Amino acid sequence: MYEFQYHRPASIDEAKKILADNDEAIILAGGMTMLPTMKLRLARPSDLVDLSAIDSLRGIRKDGKTIEIGAMTPHADVAGSSVVQSEIPALADLAGMIGDAQVRNRGTIGGSLSNSDPAADYPAAVLGLNAVIKTDTREIAADDFFKDLFETALGPNEIIQAVRFPKPKRAAYAKFPNPASRYAVVGVMIAETTDGIRAAVTGAGPCAFRATEIEAALAKDFSATALDGLTFDAGDLNDDLHASPEYRAHLVIVMAKRAVAAASV
Amino acid sequence: MSITVSFTLNGEPVSAEVDNHTLLVEMIRDQLGRTGTHIGCDTSQCGACVIHVDGRSVKSCTMLAVQAEGADVGTIEGVALNGKLHPMQEAFREYHGLQCGFCTPGMIMSALDLVQQNPDPSEQEIRQWLVGNLCRCTGYQNIVRAVRAGAQAMRS
Ligand SMILES: Cc1cc2nc3c(=O)[nH]c(=O)nc-3n(C[C@H](O)[C@H](O)[C@H](O)COP(=O)(O)OP(=O)(O)OC[C@H]3O[C@@H](n4cnc5c(N)ncnc54)[C@H](O)[C@@H]3O)c2cc1C
Ligand code: FES
Ligand code: FES
Repeated sequence: MYEFQYHRPASIDEAKKILADNDEAIILAGGMTMLPTMKLRLARPSDLVDLSAIDSLRGIRKDGKTIEIGAMTPHADVAGSSVVQSEIPALADLAGMIGDAQVRNRGTIGGSLSNSDPAADYPAAVLGLNAVIKTDTREIAADDFFKDLFETALGPNEIIQAVRFPKPKRAAYAKFPNPASRYAVVGVMIAETTDGIRAAVTGAGPCAFRATEIEAALAKDFSATALDGLTFDAGDLNDDLHASPEYRAHLVIVMAKRAVAAASV
Repeated sequence: MSITVSFTLNGEPVSAEVDNHTLLVEMIRDQLGRTGTHIGCDTSQCGACVIHVDGRSVKSCTMLAVQAEGADVGTIEGVALNGKLHPMQEAFREYHGLQCGFCTPGMIMSALDLVQQNPDPSEQEIRQWLVGNLCRCTGYQNIVRAVRAGAQAMRS
């Protein structure tokens, strides 16, 4: 790793100030992406701003029909939360499928979303469940958040504070994991929300996206068989050593069917 | 830039001068001399470096020493009590859960975290939990048996 200055501010304001004063400063959350990237010398921050001492960023709160999860909440807390398990079981399940136990103990929802790894799981939850991302300056709708490969709507130095998930009528996530890393080759979140059916796909494209053809088919008939015969266009999908675009297109439909079946029980 | 990091290691207060970029596993091995925690991959994959920080299992190759300031850190050296193997260690010996032993400290620290959350894990639950711990020798069968037996011994 290159040298850097380390800071552990106790408040958002203090964190903002360090970020503003240092052009090359970067936020550190769980470090599960940041530290491996720095070890490979793919990142050279002048300063690391560790958010772990800001208590208000951590925790899970139920507020009427929504669940709010602080940005620094580790995946293990979401997976193990009795509130999340009873209100939005699909979200607890998804968090429990991320990486391995030690990654879940450190990795955070804020870090995962800011990073927008094409194979990350949380983007499918945020997009599929129509969540809202609260930053230190504004609220961003899930539909406006994911822009491209490792690119989001976040501005420079904008800090995610929490993510608010409305409770769906029913939802489920199905994932085809890479057997080595556990990242999603393809993952699909299917949800019936108060605003209709949503189908969010991760792993398949440069960033998470909604599959409108699946949503349309499920709006007519919410059953796995409603997707029989549906094909997904492989055109823009990822092509790498793990899977071809055609295989990913096939997996999108298979994972969508599994998620619908799981959401229906 | 060097900085003093202090935390509790297996119940004892420790501190050392480290660089900001010193990894927690490097501080534990090189500065504090506890070499039971291993470095296998250094890329967050293999789990040879698993230790406990504030009661949870983490990969110490993917944490900075400075991030452990003030924490309660547990390593394999703190597991045996008064020279007597912990039931989980005893189960690994009894069930041949190790061959070369390189992965074993990480396996045991990971298994102990599992058992504190789930005192009676099924074979499937043990396999799922240990996906972040790689073993090049055993083929895992005896590790899974050892963890089941260790969990049972810890319950009784
Ligand atoms: C072995 C391994 C397996 C994994 N498997 C999976 C998997 O199966 N599925 C999956 O989804 N993920 C997986 N991950 C990723 C992991 O789950 C983390 O979510 C991810 O690394 C990012 O979270 P973090 O808290 O570690 O963030 P960090 O690594 O600390 O930060 C990541 C990025 O986000 C920025 N950032 C962090 N917090 C904020 C914030 N609050 N506001 C603004 N910007 C912020 C940082 O500056 C940095 O650019 C895996 C990681 C490893 C090491
Ligand atoms: S050395 Fe830390 S996971 Fe391999
Ligand atoms: S016993 Fe040799 S790596 Fe596991």
